[in-house]
Amino acid sequence: MLEIKNLHVKLADEDKVILRGLDLSIGAGEVHAIMGPNGSGKSTLSYVLSGREGYEVTDGSAKLLGEELLEMEPEARAAAGLFLAFQYPVEIPGVGNMTFLRTALNAQRKARGEEEVSAGDFLKLVREKAKTLKIDAEMLKRPVNVGFSGGEKKRNEILQMAMLEPKMCILDETDSGLDVDAMKLVSDGVNALRDAGRSFLVITHYQRLLDHIKPDVVHIMAAGRIVKTGGPELALEVENNGYADLLAEVQA
Amino acid sequence: MTIQQAKADALAARLGAGAEGQGGSTQQSWLGAAQAAALARVQGMGLPGKRDEYWRYTDPSTLNVPKALSAALFDNRGEPRPFSAVDRLKLVFVDGVFDPAQSDSLALEGIEIERLSQAAANPSHWAAGLYGTLEARGQTPVERPFAALNTAQADEGVLIRVTGKPSRPVSLIYLRKSVDCDAILHHLIKVESGAELTLLENGPAAARLSKVMEVEVADKGRFHHVRTQGRDHDRRAISHIFARIGAGALFKSFTLTANGRLTRTEAFIELLGADSVAHIAGASVGDGDFHHDDTVFVTHAAERCESRQVYKKVLKNGAVGVFQGKILVKQGAQKTDGYQISQSLLLDDDSQFLAKPELEIYADDVKCSHGSTSGAIDDTALYYLRSRGVPLKQAQSLLVLAFLAEAIAEIDDEAIAEDIRGRLEAWLHRHEHAGNGQ
Ligand SMILES: Nc1ncnc2c1ncn2[C@@H]1O[C@H](COP(=O)(O)OP(=O)(O)OP(=O)(O)O)[C@@H](O)[C@H]1O
Ligand SMILES: [Mg+2]
Repeated sequence: MLEIKNLHVKLADEDKVILRGLDLSIGAGEVHAIMGPNGSGKSTLSYVLSGREGYEVTDGSAKLLGEELLEMEPEARAAAGLFLAFQYPVEIPGVGNMTFLRTALNAQRKARGEEEVSAGDFLKLVREKAKTLKIDAEMLKRPVNVGFSGGEKKRNEILQMAMLEPKMCILDETDSGLDVDAMKLVSDGVNALRDAGRSFLVITHYQRLLDHIKPDVVHIMAAGRIVKTGGPELALEVENNGYADLLAEVQA
Repeated sequence: MTIQQAKADALAARLGAGAEGQGGSTQQSWLGAAQAAALARVQGMGLPGKRDEYWRYTDPSTLNVPKALSAALFDNRGEPRPFSAVDRLKLVFVDGVFDPAQSDSLALEGIEIERLSQAAANPSHWAAGLYGTLEARGQTPVERPFAALNTAQADEGVLIRVTGKPSRPVSLIYLRKSVDCDAILHHLIKVESGAELTLLENGPAAARLSKVMEVEVADKGRFHHVRTQGRDHDRRAISHIFARIGAGALFKSFTLTANGRLTRTEAFIELLGADSVAHIAGASVGDGDFHHDDTVFVTHAAERCESRQVYKKVLKNGAVGVFQGKILVKQGAQKTDGYQISQSLLLDDDSQFLAKPELEIYADDVKCSHGSTSGAIDDTALYYLRSRGVPLKQAQSLLVLAFLAEAIAEIDDEAIAEDIRGRLEAWLHRHEHAGNGQ
């Protein structure tokens, strides 16, 4: 599904290098988790994959279903099936949540040569998905993320994911700011989307989320690279012992 | 040469162009008397120059010149005209002259409509004693010479007296055929106690338009006003609204301005009765050598009134936006709730926004706020939209419309608001932005 090879990334207008030869391969239907110390470059990876400005790829490639992502406009990456649930969802005053969802859905469908969803069908769909995430009608009417609590913003990201049905979903610290019940809701939302044709990359600091969303593979990222890859037990090790031992072992 | 002398000379040059200084009516009629008084008023002021404080950001010289400069007619490429889908009573003016053939019958339940020129013959007309009165009140504390000149010279316009709740909005449509004519229009609107009117206006009217609208809203009356100023690139327009608002009454006015070499839109609104509401809003979009000036003065002279001024301007390719807005709270106008916001979205580095927000408060128990900002499209929001699959141009349009939303929200009628939104979308489509990305 997603094939990242030797990815090197620096800031566009500074000399700071953030990703230093990152390799990652995620198969169809798989769930991978990335853990790693603050500042190791996890969010940067997700931004570079989704096409945010301000970063310069100096080497490497990232292919989604065989297509080079790094050469596409952000909207083309979305239409190709990539979705990023943001660590910090963006507020857009003046744009209603419903308008936003419908515009995005139809733009993607149009880009793929599919028919637009009618207003009626859209309404039905969004109400149904919102209900399972306990997002009320009033929240749907409000401007995108404006005045939403931290947890509401994260649930809104998952609602977008559920509506857009992407193939490759990246979740950047979707668990941060969620209370215990919301964590369960969001995990159920993600698990409901698990499918043989859909893959997930879950960025998190905590084992707790991975209790709900069971990963197939866990990666440890440090200083812009994947330094260790293993099974779910790796996350437990981080939870119990922190990164110090792991990183020392890698450096040795 | 003194400044005062220069202003007097400018007026003399302007008046010299039209054979006489005054509109068509005879001195004997109430209209003639009001026009003679207005002529004396403007003669006491002269026409403005660049050194006038009130004209610091807008050069009045093309408004001063005796004859309108020519302005090519706009090709609307067959797009529907504003408010086409709204069921309304249409009054059509061509080059500033009423055209009965293209207009609907003036009869409508709950309302009386007459042409200014015809009403003058009736000595006991309700407009006698009102015409020019609100304009004259609006000459202090700041002089508005173009308004007095308009009052003195107008021989076209409509007088509307609302006594009930007419079933349809009244729609004034200003078409133009001539490339270089002036139009002078003066409307007078009286909304009687408890009555209600929605007034629509659209079209460029002329190469150079001077328009005054005096609006009296009696106690518990309601007045809604939505207008779009024509998109002709070279047109020039100076228009004034003078409004006097009674107790428990409502006044709402929204203006969409697109293109236009020079547009100065003034409003002078007085809240004279307790518990009344006045909202005035504007959305303007300019791409190129366009200059949009909104100059607003709201006076709170009674208790517990609410006023809002909401102005949003989208500027690119050298367009200039001006906002001069004031809230004056008089002594005794306790519990005043005043709000004023003026913002510009600059789509490139060539455009400019000049704002002068002012508050003057003589009561102690009031809530007033004002703010003014200037900025570019939010790159993070743009990226967020694109990351969800919305193409760049569409994402930009969405954000521009979002920026304008607070002003459009001042239109109560959802169908009319939708019409305005549609026009803005069409404008944005024509003028796909530069600046961000490509
Ligand atoms: N636009 C930017 N400008 C300056 N520094 C940046 C920028 N983007 C990333 N960085 C820096 O790059 C490094 C990696 O940041 P990134 O946000 O990718 O880390 P992270 O692994 O997601 O951390 P966290 O766990 O705290 O979310 C940090 O040192 C950060 O300060
Ligand atoms: Mg991060």
